[in-house]
Amino acid sequence: MTTLRVGFIPLVDSAVLVAAARRGFAAEAGLTLDLVREASWATVRDKLTIGHLDCAQMLAPVPVASQLQIGNPKARMVAPFTLSMNGNAISVSNALYDAMEATGQMGAPRDVAAKAAALKDVVDGRARRGEAPLTFGIVHPFSPHNYQLRYFLASAGIHPDRDVSLVVIPPPFVVRSLRDGHIDGFCVGAPWNHVGLAEGVAKVVVASVDLWRRAPEKVLGVREVWAEENPQTLDALMRALKAAAEWADDPANRDDLTAMLAAPDILGMAPELIGDALAGRVPLPGAGAPSEGLADYLLFDRNGASFPWRSHALWFYSQMVRWAQTTLSPEGIALAGGAFRPDIYRRAFAGTGVTLPAANAKVEGSLAAEQAVGSTTGKLVLGRDGFFDGRVFDPQELSIYIEDFVITSEGMQEEWARSGQ
Amino acid sequence: MRDAGLKILVIDENAIRAAILEEGLREGGFANVTIVRNMTNLLRSIVDADPDVIIIDLENPNRDVLEQMFQVSQTVRRPVAMFVGESGAEMIERAVEAGVSTYIVDGLKKERVKPILDMTLSRFNAFNRLQRELEDTRRALEDRKVVDRAKSILMERRGLSEKEAYHLLRRAAMNENRTIGEVARAMITAASLLEGSV
Repeated sequence: MTTLRVGFIPLVDSAVLVAAARRGFAAEAGLTLDLVREASWATVRDKLTIGHLDCAQMLAPVPVASQLQIGNPKARMVAPFTLSMNGNAISVSNALYDAMEATGQMGAPRDVAAKAAALKDVVDGRARRGEAPLTFGIVHPFSPHNYQLRYFLASAGIHPDRDVSLVVIPPPFVVRSLRDGHIDGFCVGAPWNHVGLAEGVAKVVVASVDLWRRAPEKVLGVREVWAEENPQTLDALMRALKAAAEWADDPANRDDLTAMLAAPDILGMAPELIGDALAGRVPLPGAGAPSEGLADYLLFDRNGASFPWRSHALWFYSQMVRWAQTTLSPEGIALAGGAFRPDIYRRAFAGTGVTLPAANAKVEGSLAAEQAVGSTTGKLVLGRDGFFDGRVFDPQELSIYIEDFVITSEGMQEEWARSGQ
Repeated sequence: MRDAGLKILVIDENAIRAAILEEGLREGGFANVTIVRNMTNLLRSIVDADPDVIIIDLENPNRDVLEQMFQVSQTVRRPVAMFVGESGAEMIERAVEAGVSTYIVDGLKKERVKPILDMTLSRFNAFNRLQRELEDTRRALEDRKVVDRAKSILMERRGLSEKEAYHLLRRAAMNENRTIGEVARAMITAASLLEGSV
């Protein structure tokens, strides 16, 4: 038995790692997983760097940033497996919700563009009256949440750096920060939007599944060097994770999974909140209390969800360029694209019966309906993957994609540097 | 006196640990030390303090708030970066083991920061030792209470003297290769089960 130390953050999308450790999937693969709960992504990364952790749940853009050596990198990290897709939502304070509703532009419950337009009206009104800009919480600079919130704001002409203020707040504190009036809204993962709802201080306006129907969220993060030195262990781990993901994605196991995640040493939270998040039961504006969950609110396995698409890594790179966290270059494309490792995934599942797609990258946002695609078994059906604004991301055409955005942070670095003198 | 002008910000919810560190830094000649214990609106506190060095405990979720400052941003004057010296990995390892993380402003010379880091690590380690000792003391006190109760049960039920009761417990502990506290606890549980009071 090989023992691996596995870092996780107490969030619902730690489900696959937790199920692998606690449901026997790791043991079947000859592994013991020691789950180590951490309080911040920074600490997960630092402990991975020095080898106190062998692998960890990781925000999908973090390995991309580590390959680009931006932010605070010390070790290059790779992502050979996607642990979850979707699961985030944008919530706002009751006061901001009322202000948005008063614009009369909220539209249908799942109309994301309408919500952005309503928010734009509120933001403009505050600026006219000389009121302070709204502040939104995100969980990390290199998080899907950051890019999703920025994408949403910018779609309606709200500049995320100029018109509002974005601050990093750890998920356990977002609800309190909202209640205390330090922020007006946040984009976080499960179950924190449900906590905000349950405490009566926040309302969900957009579920991330409606922003981008198939957004990579958490990945398995390992040091690149560790992946090279431990191929057999990594393959065994990934096979355990795949089995765990299939189990976690099956609605028949949802009660078991909920109880497992609610345990004091995992999330230590009310099972009702976790169950609602897993089922996607979110009251959207104008839709009332949901009896059934939103489809694909949070997914672990179906439609090839665990495959680490190179195009996913490159989409994050496009947003890092857009928001001036890095610059576009051929080297950058090679490094960023190499953060997700479909080659390792293929190696781990070769000859196992797990369906492997024929390609390593795909055009994101082009599937308006479920579609069968080329794969080893001919059985891979990809889900709808559209962005709400109809944009299509072709990983071969990065600069065209980025240049098409009107709102970017181009020039912001210089502006900040000047204002700091 | 060296580098009295360096502004050091300590972010720690644990008042005792923060005090131990502050005292050490002041003794070491660093006069400009600010402690932040209130985590709400942390970014604001950091902007106001405008520190050269930030020290934060590793289990603090607000470490991710600091990550935002690696980006040049409109809210913080200068970017900060985690200390990576020549022996970067070793330093990080020592820091992680002590349970602390340190950030410095970009461009600050390593020699200026080293004494701060050394002091921080030694004080955090001292605090960890103190915690362990406190825990040991607490357990010893608890054990004594449990042993006293076990003794009085034995004295009452078997008509033993206090000394005899204690010897009996000690012998049982030695025979079973357990601590006397463990044996006493097991005995109290057994006694209460027999009395039906659980």
